[in-house]
Amino acid sequence: MHVHFLDPFRPRSSPVHRLDARVKFVLALAFILTTALAPMAAWPVYILLFALVLCIKILSDLGVRYVLRRSALALPFVLAALPMIFTIPGEPVALLHLGGWTITVTQPGLERFISIALKSWISMQSAILLAASTSFPDLLAAMRAVRVPRLLVAMFGLMWRYLFVLVDEAVRLLRGRAARSGQSSRPGQRAGGSIAWRARVAGGMAGNLFLRAFERSERIYMAMVARGYDGEVRHLPLPAVSAADWGILIVGLTVLGSLMRLGLLASL
Amino acid sequence: MLLSPAYMHIPDGFLSVVLSAILWLVSILGVSYALRRKNRDRDERQVPLMGVLAAAIFAGQMLNFTVIGGSSGHLMGAAIATILVGPWASVLVMTCVLAVQALIFQDGGLLALGANIFNIGIVGVAVSYMAYRTVKGLSGGRRWGVYAGGFMAGWLSVEISALAVGMQLALSGTSPANIAIPAMGGIHALIGIGEGLITLGVLAFIYANRPALVVGGGGQNSVSKLAWGAGLLLAIGVAVLSPLASTHPDGLEWVAKQKGFLNLAGGTLYRVIPNYVFPGIANQATATILAGIVGTLLVFGVVLGVTYLRRSRGISDN
Repeated sequence: MHVHFLDPFRPRSSPVHRLDARVKFVLALAFILTTALAPMAAWPVYILLFALVLCIKILSDLGVRYVLRRSALALPFVLAALPMIFTIPGEPVALLHLGGWTITVTQPGLERFISIALKSWISMQSAILLAASTSFPDLLAAMRAVRVPRLLVAMFGLMWRYLFVLVDEAVRLLRGRAARSGQSSRPGQRAGGSIAWRARVAGGMAGNLFLRAFERSERIYMAMVARGYDGEVRHLPLPAVSAADWGILIVGLTVLGSLMRLGLLASL
Repeated sequence: MLLSPAYMHIPDGFLSVVLSAILWLVSILGVSYALRRKNRDRDERQVPLMGVLAAAIFAGQMLNFTVIGGSSGHLMGAAIATILVGPWASVLVMTCVLAVQALIFQDGGLLALGANIFNIGIVGVAVSYMAYRTVKGLSGGRRWGVYAGGFMAGWLSVEISALAVGMQLALSGTSPANIAIPAMGGIHALIGIGEGLITLGVLAFIYANRPALVVGGGGQNSVSKLAWGAGLLLAIGVAVLSPLASTHPDGLEWVAKQKGFLNLAGGTLYRVIPNYVFPGIANQATATILAGIVGTLLVFGVVLGVTYLRRSRGISDN
């Protein structure tokens, strides 16, 4: 079995897919920075940012539902900001009675919580669009273009190449454990020994995975040496960014810059 | 996403921009120092080893075991990577894991990636190294010392990283200090036990099969004083600061000061044009709302236009 479904890249022939990966990478980072810089409770800015991301979503042919479904995955983290609703002092909006306790929901608290959740959700969508419309080798080229160290880029590439192989191994280990373990359908009947014992089994599986990874890396090294590897990471030179892509980069950055200005308006 | 590990890194939108920038800077410094150290080693075997180990840690995070009921423990990996390949390679391996998780699986934000690399790749690795080396050294390199050190490294790295996350959330004004820090610390004191036990299991397995990997500690027998000292400083710093920050929620002067400093940067940026007034509209709130509505209508108009164009082209293609 191959777990290629882990790969988020969806090949399409949309203008977003065809755009130079370097331009896309820079624009996605600029978008996330603009979202982060938008002040709290700047609702018009959030709406415009969302509209922008929606626009690109439609242009990309990925399907709005696909992106929205994926973007829901990080929502549990929003819990971390939940206490803000009650702890920021300000005008009370509602009183909650929980047993003997009364909790006050304040307006600034509520605004702050919703702002954080929305900003996080909008940023997430642009990151999903980048990953779904750009193949990983193109992303690596984009990282080289923004001067990420060569050694690190080479490691990213190797990790990506063997990720699926090792995830397959992990799935096989999990299947092996499931096949050798008894399981009771009676609720409350615990399968296996103590927690420490179960942790040791999982640890043994992880150790097995690491040993296989070590051995595999030795074989990979031999194969690389056989093909002329001498410790230096070499790349083909990157092709020039086309004039049209430069245009898109400049227009995109201008739009994001003006959204930052609108954030200024909203914060006054 | 049945197989992907739990989403556990800080997403975008939760840290203030200034704090994200500072942590990016610290992480870049840490990672480039680790890169220099690895380049100095001139051991070209390390590149495939580190890449494949990063993939193995990503895959290893899927190997879970049930703790109680539906909850399950799984590996974070900073401790085991540090024990197997040493602190410098491990900084690079964890950076690799975190960057791929953020870029491809959106587990952790891109702007927040600096903070995530700092918390796990730098704090987690340095603290694991300090704990493992100290316990192993005290035991005189005996077998029980390796196991106890592995457990300590696993537990401490998870706990200190979690406290650091709690402090960063509090500093960014995303979560109140007196709730975020004890909550993160409390939950991860338990999660850390799982990490410690699983690290122990990994070490027991590797000790039985290839003892040289564990005893040699990634081929470097001399203790790196820099990594050890950094681990000690970070562990003590976080352990002292986090209870201080969480027990003084009102009089928390330094956090307030930090916050003031953090908000200042945002303020000056947004005060480029003071007293900006829309032509013809005196009321500022109305002007803002109008701008929002007009802009939104315009953009949604464009969205509709784009959809229409794509659809009509799709029909003509067929």
